[in-house]
Order: sequence, then C-alpha cells, then structure tokens
Amino acid sequence: MTEIKERRLLTPEEYREAQASPEFQELKKRFRAFAFPMTVAFLAWYLLYVLLSTYAPDFMATSVFGNVNVGILLGLGQFVSTFVITHLYVAHAGKRTDPIADEMRNRLEHHEYAPGTRGTGSSFDQGATRG
Amino acid sequence: MGDVLAAESTTIGTPALNIAIFAAFVAVTLVITFRASRNNKTAADYYAAGRNISGTQNGLAIAGDYLSAASFLGIAGAIALYGYDGFLYSIGFLVAWLVALLLVAELMRNTARFTMADVLAFRMRQGPVRTAAAISTLAVSLFYLLAQMAGAGALVTLLLGVTGEAAQALTVVVVGALMIIYVLVGGMRGTTYVQIIKATLLIAAALVMTAWTLALFGFNLSALLGGAADQATAGVDVLAPGAQYGVDDLTRLDFISLAIALVLGTAGLPHVLMRFYTVPTAKDARRSVVWAIWLIGIFYLFSLVIGYGAGALVGPETIAAAPGAVNSAAPLLAFELGGTVLLGIVAGVAFATILAVVAGLTITASASFAHDVYASVIKKGDVPPNGEVKVARITAVVVGAISIGLGIFALQAGLNIAFLVALAFAVAASANLPTIIYTLFWRRFTTQGALWSIYGGLIACVGLIIFSPVVSGGELSLFPTVDFAWFPLRNPGLVSIPLSFLLGWLGTVLTREKPDEPKWAELEVRAMTGIGAEKAVAH
Repeated sequence: MTEIKERRLLTPEEYREAQASPEFQELKKRFRAFAFPMTVAFLAWYLLYVLLSTYAPDFMATSVFGNVNVGILLGLGQFVSTFVITHLYVAHAGKRTDPIADEMRNRLEHHEYAPGTRGTGSSFDQGATRG
Repeated sequence: MGDVLAAESTTIGTPALNIAIFAAFVAVTLVITFRASRNNKTAADYYAAGRNISGTQNGLAIAGDYLSAASFLGIAGAIALYGYDGFLYSIGFLVAWLVALLLVAELMRNTARFTMADVLAFRMRQGPVRTAAAISTLAVSLFYLLAQMAGAGALVTLLLGVTGEAAQALTVVVVGALMIIYVLVGGMRGTTYVQIIKATLLIAAALVMTAWTLALFGFNLSALLGGAADQATAGVDVLAPGAQYGVDDLTRLDFISLAIALVLGTAGLPHVLMRFYTVPTAKDARRSVVWAIWLIGIFYLFSLVIGYGAGALVGPETIAAAPGAVNSAAPLLAFELGGTVLLGIVAGVAFATILAVVAGLTITASASFAHDVYASVIKKGDVPPNGEVKVARITAVVVGAISIGLGIFALQAGLNIAFLVALAFAVAASANLPTIIYTLFWRRFTTQGALWSIYGGLIACVGLIIFSPVVSGGELSLFPTVDFAWFPLRNPGLVSIPLSFLLGWLGTVLTREKPDEPKWAELEVRAMTGIGAEKAVAH
C-alpha cells in the first residue's frame, strides 16, 4: 500500500461499483447483523433495569446475601454485560468484518473497482467466508 | 467524624497543600503542552493531534474527557447521600459507550476530517447542514462548559478556602485563563496529553481510596453496604432504588427521561466524537473505545465503593452540611482516610479534571466554528493554509471568555453539576444522535430531514428546559421568584429525543428532494472499508 502515497481520488463510479459488489453487501450484512440486534438487546436490558429500579423498588430491595440485594446485583450485571458485549464486538469485527474491509480497501486503493475491471471479484467469495 | 471538621470552618484540610499539588499539576502539564506545540503546524495537527495518538493513549484521553468533575464528585456524592439512585447515573453513563462503539466511532473516523459536521454534511447540502451541526455543537459544548465551570467554583469554596463571590470569581478566571493557554499553545495534542495525565491520576487516586475503604471493611462488600445503611439518614434506604427519584409518579417519569438522555447522549457529544479523529485508523478508534469502556467502567465501580464508603465513614449528614454539600463526599472521605495529604491529592486531581475537560470542550467548540462556519460556510472553502487554525485560536479565546462568564454566573446561581451535565447529554441526544444515525444508516435521508432533526431536537430540548421547573417556579429553580414553567419534567429527553427522530423521518418523507445517491455510495463505502480516510501526519 505504500506506493499509493499520492492516491488518485476514487471516482463516483468506483464508489457505486464497490457499493453494488457482492462482497460489500456481505460486509454490510455482517456488520448490521451484529450491531443492530445487539444495540436493541442492550438498550432493552438497560431499559428493563431502569424500569425495575423505578417501578419495582421492593423487588430490587430483595436481599440475596447479607446486605447485597437484587438491585445491586442487577446493576453490577449492567457493568458485566457492557464488558462482555464490548469483547464480543471486537471478536466479531476481527473475525467477520475486518478481513473483508481490509481486502476491499486494498483493492479500492488499486482502483480495481473502476468500470470495466469487474469480474475479478469472485475471489472475495472465498475471502468472505473464511473465519 | 464531625470533630475533624470544625463546624465553623468553611474548608477542610490545608488549602496551601491543595494549591501546591494543583500548581504542580499545572506546571508539569504546561511544560508538556509547550513541548507538544513544536509539532503543531497544520490544521490536522491543531484539531486532531496529527492523527498520531495511539488507540491506548486515546482510550485514556477519552476517559479523561468523560470522567468530569460530575463523575468524580457528583456520582460519589449522590451515592453517599441517596445510595442506589446515584449508582443509576453511572450505569447510564457507561452503557452509553456501547452506542458509540457499535454504531458510531469507527464509521465516523473513516468519513470525517475534523468535526461532527463533516459527517452530517457529507451527503447533504453543505451550507445549511454544516451551520446547523455547528450550532448544536456549540450549544452542547456550552452546556457542558457551564457544568464544569460551576464545578470549579464549587470546588474552590470547599478546598482552597476561597470564600466571597469576588474571590470565587477570580478562581474561575484563573481556571479559564489556564485552559485558554493549554488550547492555544498545545492544540489537540497538548490537550490530549493533559487528558491522559489527568485520567491516570484520577483513576490512581480512586483506586487508592477504593482499596483503602474496602480494607477497612475487610474486603467485604456486604459489610460496606451495611455500614452505609447504618449511617443513612433516618427513613432513607440507601441500598434500594427510590431515595431520590421514587417520590411520586412525576419524579419516576423524570428519572426515565434522564436515563434515556444519558444512554443516548454520549455518542452525540461533539467533544467525544472529535477524539476519534486523533487516531490513525478506524481500528485504533475501536481500540480506544474499548480502552475507554474498561477504564470508565472500572472507575464507576470505584465510585460505588467511594460513595458508599463516604456514606458509611463520613455520614450523609456531615456531607450534606459541608460546604459544597453533595459534591464534597469524595474529598471528605479522602480526608477521613488519609488526612490532609490524600485530601490534597484528591483536590488537586479534581481541579485537574475540570481543567482538562474544559480544554477539550473549548477546542471542540473552536474547531467547529473555524472549520464548519468560517472555512466552509462563510469562506466557501477558500481560506489560506493557516487561516482556519488562526480563526480557531481566536475562537478558543472567545469561547474561553464566554465560559468564564458562564462559570461566574453558574457559581452564583448555585446549580448542581451532575444535573447540568445530564442536560448537556439531553441536548446531544436530541440534536445530534438522530441525525448521526440516519446519516450513517438510512439511504433516503435528506437535507430537509437533517435540518428538521437537528433544529427540531435542539429547539425542543432547550425550549422544554426553559419552561421546566429547572428555570422557574420552584425553590431550587434558577429564577425562583417567577413562574413560567409548564413542562413538568426536569430532563426533557423523554419528549425531545423521540421528537427529533420523528422529525428527521418526517422531514425526509415530506420533501421532493432526492437523496444524493453517489454521495451515499461514497459515504457507505468509505465508512465501512476505510478507503480515503484521513491519514496520520508524518513528522
């Protein structure tokens, strides 16, 4: 990639071509398949926690052991779930989306999506499925 | 406990020691800032530290930016006084980072150059959208600045033995002047180093206090909670939710509104977004958010111990009666544990916190004005190489002066810090986040949708605050003697955030304007693959 210091800007056609390519659609699908449901999930879990704290304080005050109650444990659970989701996302990105993104960026830098140069994209199907 | 705090005294500890530690921090950071300034040549240096900050460093700097005085003093204090309800704040502040990590950080790093408006205006008509984004950036930054400067004022009363309005105002002026120097001399690189040093000191100080407190309770969480419950004000259950927000249906609804604003606000804070542009690649942006999440999460766990520890060892009545009231819990605990030395360290760190956060906000506001309004809208991109940075520096001085004025005003109005920060989050979540999400993920989104969402969210949010009990009609209002409040909630997020999402959609479907398909293709491909992303500056 070093030789492309003075990079020629990509043309709108190249962007359209890259966007329409199957590998990009796969990249987008994989990104969204993780990020969107996970966002809904952690927001729902957070809202559940907020609603329980607001409208079910007695339940939250139920003692589990010693002075530690359900509310404290669910609160700490929010910390744990945040750390776990962070880890899952990094693992997902590293394994499922980064390889496609890196490969596409490399090809874009070499202007392989310029009109007329298509047809070499089949190698991506292999790149896209590994991992 | 009460006896170490002579009732008639207005300060705790030794002001001279507190000032000495703070002065040492200022001296060290100024030297580093001057050294950092040698490499400040281009706009990318000034706004984005040459994009040379590593992911780890940036993670620390983000934590430094985010863990403001509201986090350190406000949350610990709220836990000490209200127990569980204070803990709820910190959870919202933390979970919010997942929105930034999953949906925003990397995509924005790949598409923008310096500011939030770079992304928002990417596929829209430049002039109107940039102007709107710059206005909301300035609005959020000023709200946040107001909170920090109010915090600075409250701290001096407590820690430096400065009393009297004139002396307090002078302290605010000193803080403001120092902050202007950091920004003018160091630019983003200097500011980043200040944030890193401050975050390290803050987390180390919190670690010491946490370990010390836990040791006193035999490293038994249950015993610590029991100690806090024993000391709690009669009738307050500090271990269960509801002490602060469970009073009636309205306070409960208010809490839900606050919770929504907290979780959606972070990813719309311009000074947080701007930090993503200081790293070389999107992967470094990801790494920095991961670091930030761990550091911030661990810090809030420390705050839980510090807050309950202050409740148990100092006692809520002593805290409430101390100058600085709820914000004094952490310093009072430090004094209880380690006497004047630990208090001096905590006080110095708290000041450093305010200084660093204020510097970060100032550079964001000045970058937005210079890059978005001056260079792109007024001059239509036709500016000499250094013209933009020059304007940014002038703007930084103006913003600094405004924040000094606001700080003196906030000090005299006696506004609550954590609460003001929550309002800044509400403005960010209402005016910025919906447009960011639509821009990045919705093909059909148009200029009209962006404008309706930004202005609609901003006006609704600020308008509802003006007509809420925060400003008028209550004992604790800004203007307690008049009453023009008709909106019952103290945090407007519950109404203004959904409204802004709705307006963005409505503005888009109600226009005949076609989305800019080529630009959408460019945005998507750049955001997802990183092609064409701004590179690091080689020195």
